Amino acid sequence: MPELLQFLVSGLTIGAVYALVALGFTLIHNASDVVNFAQGEFVMLGGMVTVFASAAGLVLPLAALLAIAVAVLVGLALHRFAIEPARGASAVTLIIITIGASIFLRGVAQIVFDKRFHSLPAFSGDAPIALLGAAILPQSFWVLGGALLVFLGLFLFLERTLLGKAVLATAANRLAARLVGIDTSFVLALSFGISAAIGALAGILITPITLTSFDVGTLLALKGFAAAMLGGMGSPLGAVLGGLLLGLLEALGAGYVSSAYKDAVAFLVILAVLFALPQGMFGRRGVERV
Amino acid sequence: MTLGTILRRALFAGGAVLLAGPVMAQRAPEPIRIGAVLSVTGPASFLGDPEDKTLRLYAARINAAGGVNGRPLQLVIYDDAGDANRARTFATRLVEDDRIVAMVGGTTTGTTLAMRPVFEEARIPFISLAGGIEIVDPVQPFTFKTPHTDRMACEKIFSDIRARGLTRVGMISGTDGFGQSMRGQCMQVAGRAGISIVADESYGPRDSDMTPQLTRIRSAAGVEAVVNPGFGQGPAIVTRGYHQLGIRLPLYQSHGVASREFINLATAAAAEGVRLPAAALVIAEQLPAADPQRQVALDYKTAFEREFNQPVSTFGGHAYDGLMILVDALKRANSTDGVRLRDAIRATRGFVGTGGLVTMSATDHMGLDLSAFRMVEIRGGEWVLLGN
Repeated sequence: MPELLQFLVSGLTIGAVYALVALGFTLIHNASDVVNFAQGEFVMLGGMVTVFASAAGLVLPLAALLAIAVAVLVGLALHRFAIEPARGASAVTLIIITIGASIFLRGVAQIVFDKRFHSLPAFSGDAPIALLGAAILPQSFWVLGGALLVFLGLFLFLERTLLGKAVLATAANRLAARLVGIDTSFVLALSFGISAAIGALAGILITPITLTSFDVGTLLALKGFAAAMLGGMGSPLGAVLGGLLLGLLEALGAGYVSSAYKDAVAFLVILAVLFALPQGMFGRRGVERV
Repeated sequence: MTLGTILRRALFAGGAVLLAGPVMAQRAPEPIRIGAVLSVTGPASFLGDPEDKTLRLYAARINAAGGVNGRPLQLVIYDDAGDANRARTFATRLVEDDRIVAMVGGTTTGTTLAMRPVFEEARIPFISLAGGIEIVDPVQPFTFKTPHTDRMACEKIFSDIRARGLTRVGMISGTDGFGQSMRGQCMQVAGRAGISIVADESYGPRDSDMTPQLTRIRSAAGVEAVVNPGFGQGPAIVTRGYHQLGIRLPLYQSHGVASREFINLATAAAAEGVRLPAAALVIAEQLPAADPQRQVALDYKTAFEREFNQPVSTFGGHAYDGLMILVDALKRANSTDGVRLRDAIRATRGFVGTGGLVTMSATDHMGLDLSAFRMVEIRGGEWVLLGN
């Protein structure tokens, strides 16, 4: 029983990070049909900028804010200088542009920062909390709490504000949204900015547990993508549940089956989803226009 | 512009200077060309980067002191980015275009094995900086290596576990090349060392949480100590998870993490009591004054840290050892002929390097024994040398 609880906490913590990354994918995908493979680099930027800013003497909250600001600027620049000029190109072309951007960002990070691994002190101490025989890091609660706040904030933004409704309208039907006067290009820029901020926040929260380096984003992007697919690309709720489920599957798989296949779980999930449930758990039914 | 093209241009400019040389200064001594193919970028960059820096630093120092046999050293360094295919291409280029006399480097076992046939065929001595035992076992006529092997690390760890009166070991290994190679070697020598492996878990090199695996090991029947073969950030996360779960069994890390960075990443509290086999370089200050390696290790450490302002690592030390063994052999052979140089390297006796005392022979192209490893324990965030 304590083992199960340990696996569950471990899975939920890492799953919350996958969920945040998946959420970033979903937002941009909704606004443009683009799968932004540079999403993992936002996570990397969040962690790395915080590490280097706090090493330069900034207090942690300020360093974290700076990291989010940097990531948002990079996200907006990515939209302005890479996606916007290629407006009208097919989604596949845009996806390839984001892959290029991801490689570019990793290369720049290697030069601006360095190639080593870095860590941050845990926000509220390293002493594990014993709960029913499981040892839980306080930082896990920060990750779970931070993720919960993001989910709630995003929900309120999308459902309760005019701007959020414009985002939803763009996701539902871009042409119709433009016809009623929504600036869809602005909505896309906004999506890039919010995705970058969410990614950076995930990077900041997770760094004290998992460490960070210039190339930490690659695997997180893949896992986040798997989570988004599992939940149904385009559904924010699906992204969150997909992320948590994927984290749990990994932890339980490593704990009860074999750790040798831990990473395979994510990719098996993608395959299974593509075969059995191409729309994911909460995806919209694809309607082909004839 | 890739590093390759930069180097090529630099070499071209260098060639132009050499051509112009005889006009300006009569009979400038011809440089001794030494090749190196290192993984300066890419996944093994934390190995290749200090190696590259070390070779450049020491070649410059040797040249400033008058070179070798009255001739300056000229390094020709290529970056394979950890790719064995590219390493092989560069090896061919070193032999055919750059006409090197000897070769130092080959950062990983993979790139070394890819390049080995090229140098064997050209009969050019090749000193590898990679750990894999298959590089020199069976012995190849022209291939040498400086680092300890994984098998030696396993033997050192197991003998320390036995000395504590323990026999039942749980393994948690990275699935990267280093982790898998060392896990395999440990499995092979466990029986002979009187150790039984009662749990065998693994983790991906980029995994961010190993508590599920550690929980499994903790619940394995009768496990008395845990060994973690791996390098990079994985062992640091394992050590943190170990601390988080409050596991009280002795934890052993490999020589792959014998750097200051490991303690920083794992945090001093979590790393308390962790033991690992390390080269003398890591604990240079703590070696007794009578230890022959003390001066060499301290000198290298001071020179490297002053020049690059980053902590010294054993990997750069391997490059230092490789270059110095070669320079020593060049002096003794007083020749750049491949076979005579090879014989001189093979005749290395009692060479004091950062990695240990090296005595080569026709059947031993590494020349190190178990005494090259020192068992250290982390206490209060510092390395403490244990009595052997």
